[in-house]
Amino acid sequence: MIGERSITLVVLGLLLAVVAWALVVDEPFTITLATRAAILALAAVGLNIALGIGGMVSLGHAVFFGLGGYAMGILAYHAQSFSALDLGLVSVAGTKSMPVIWLVALGVSALAALLIGLLSLRTSGVYFIMITLAFGQMFYYFAISWSAYGGEDGLSIYVRNGFPGLNTLVPIQFFGICFALLCAALFLNARLRASPFGLALNAARQVPARIETVGLTPFRLKLVAFVISGAITGLAGALFADLNRFVSPTMFSWQLSGELIVLIVIGGVGRLIGPVIGACLFVALEHWLGGLTEFWHVYLGAILLGIVLFARGGIVGLLTGREGPHV
Amino acid sequence: MSLILIAEQVLNGLQFGVMLFLMAAGLTLIFGVMGLINLAHGSLYMVGAFAAAAVAGATGSFLLALAAALAAAALAGVLIEILVIRRLYRAAHLDQVLATFALILIFSEGTRWVFGSFPLFLDVPDALSGPITLPGGIQYPVYRLTLIGIGLAVALGLWWLTARTRIGIQIRAGENDREMIAALGVDISRLYTIVFALGAALAGLAGALVGAIQSVQVGMGEPVLILAFVVIVIGGIGSIKGAFIGALLVGLTDTLGGIFLPELFKLFMPADAASQTGSALASMAIYILMSLVLIWRPSGLFGARA
Repeated sequence: MIGERSITLVVLGLLLAVVAWALVVDEPFTITLATRAAILALAAVGLNIALGIGGMVSLGHAVFFGLGGYAMGILAYHAQSFSALDLGLVSVAGTKSMPVIWLVALGVSALAALLIGLLSLRTSGVYFIMITLAFGQMFYYFAISWSAYGGEDGLSIYVRNGFPGLNTLVPIQFFGICFALLCAALFLNARLRASPFGLALNAARQVPARIETVGLTPFRLKLVAFVISGAITGLAGALFADLNRFVSPTMFSWQLSGELIVLIVIGGVGRLIGPVIGACLFVALEHWLGGLTEFWHVYLGAILLGIVLFARGGIVGLLTGREGPHV
Repeated sequence: MSLILIAEQVLNGLQFGVMLFLMAAGLTLIFGVMGLINLAHGSLYMVGAFAAAAVAGATGSFLLALAAALAAAALAGVLIEILVIRRLYRAAHLDQVLATFALILIFSEGTRWVFGSFPLFLDVPDALSGPITLPGGIQYPVYRLTLIGIGLAVALGLWWLTARTRIGIQIRAGENDREMIAALGVDISRLYTIVFALGAALAGLAGALVGAIQSVQVGMGEPVLILAFVVIVIGGIGSIKGAFIGALLVGLTDTLGGIFLPELFKLFMPADAASQTGSALASMAIYILMSLVLIWRPSGLFGARA
């Protein structure tokens, strides 16, 4: 059986190899697909902190994805229309600079995660699932009814935002940015799970009572994890919006929250590289099956059922021969 | 704003509420008895609506259509219970969420495959179309009034079923201690199938009844499913009484909020901004209601377990 660390390196290497091949044979579309996979993987890496380590089955992570997307959409919209963004007390100019947008996306989604977490983490189990789902719908309907930023039609951004020193309109350069951020998030995730905080969080998932006995508060641990998780997913949302140069309320849809969970489970819950494997397979299936039949979701559903019923540890579980991560 | 308009909106809210109750009752029963979170409940609602539309289109009879909706949804319920759901009772919530999410994908795309992407239409039966004049001079559609009646009758029936019948006693006992009632000789897996089929049939009935006022299309179940989740979170998971009260609260809040919040904001805001803010806030009103209930009682109004 193969060790988890080597799977991680092989998967990241494979993703780079596919992109390098696409660059050599000049297939920019494949690079765009790989970028899409990297961004979805980043979103799922964020969710995996809450779901995999913290055991919080959040069916509302699209909230953060959407907030990141709208952070990008609103800032870029004001920049391209040269209008001021009125925040009540102050009014600021929009921006087309990626790093600034990322910071805003991280901040806004972290704040939303803090508020949603404060409310939702009062409950657990199935209540938590339903409440996060309901908050997702709340943001979805709000985005639809908020006509100042496009309402149901969404917002189009004409030119991709810029990054100092790079031309983000070249597919490979934008892929590089997304891949670097994905690696950074994976590194953060790896450090986090080995840290005292990560170990305590892991224990809080398994036996909350013991964590309380040693003087830690599971609620606080989970809340911090939820905030970090939401912020990373929000960053992915900003990148996703930049990839499509378009934001719409569908970024808040609950199907997206469900798909993020699907990505994680295909790869293996709580595994560092699980979300990346899941995202790559998902994008590949979407492209390949979607080309064969209009109804590819039927097959996706069947594959998913198969994994839940028969291959509980996901792909990493199959490869390593262990259902869950070794912690 | 006239009293008649208010009364009409209250009736609309009630009608919406009792239809939500049909969905929420099944969900809460299934969770209460089997401990299962069933995202595919919305698909059963859709199955009911499509079966009704297909049968009504072929025979022209609304009663036959309703019977078909009940039968098709119950059958689909039994089928997925035996094939998939049965394996999930002891699984983690995450597995239940995923497997039932997978079922939604299969049901939705399967229905699109069979019926196409265009919405079907189910007509209100002639005998129930048109308005009726209620005391106080309120003109109200007969069909919507019938829906309120059916919803209340089902609520009463469910109360009778769980409180007064043998199967109801078994269901309540199953909520408390499944090993014990299995040891007393109740066939627990048959009981689970029955409860699941009952919940499915109620969802199918709701789908067919609402399908006649809205269009019947793929994906119609999910928004209702999520509202039903809000209902049972407010009412307390596992409690039918909670589902009933929660459903009425959500139905009334959503309907009245949509009408009155923009009016309310017009009192102190310019008309344009008021209708914007009001409708945005109205679309979030039920979720705000849910948050308030949760701050006050984390396990819902009538929930026993958190």
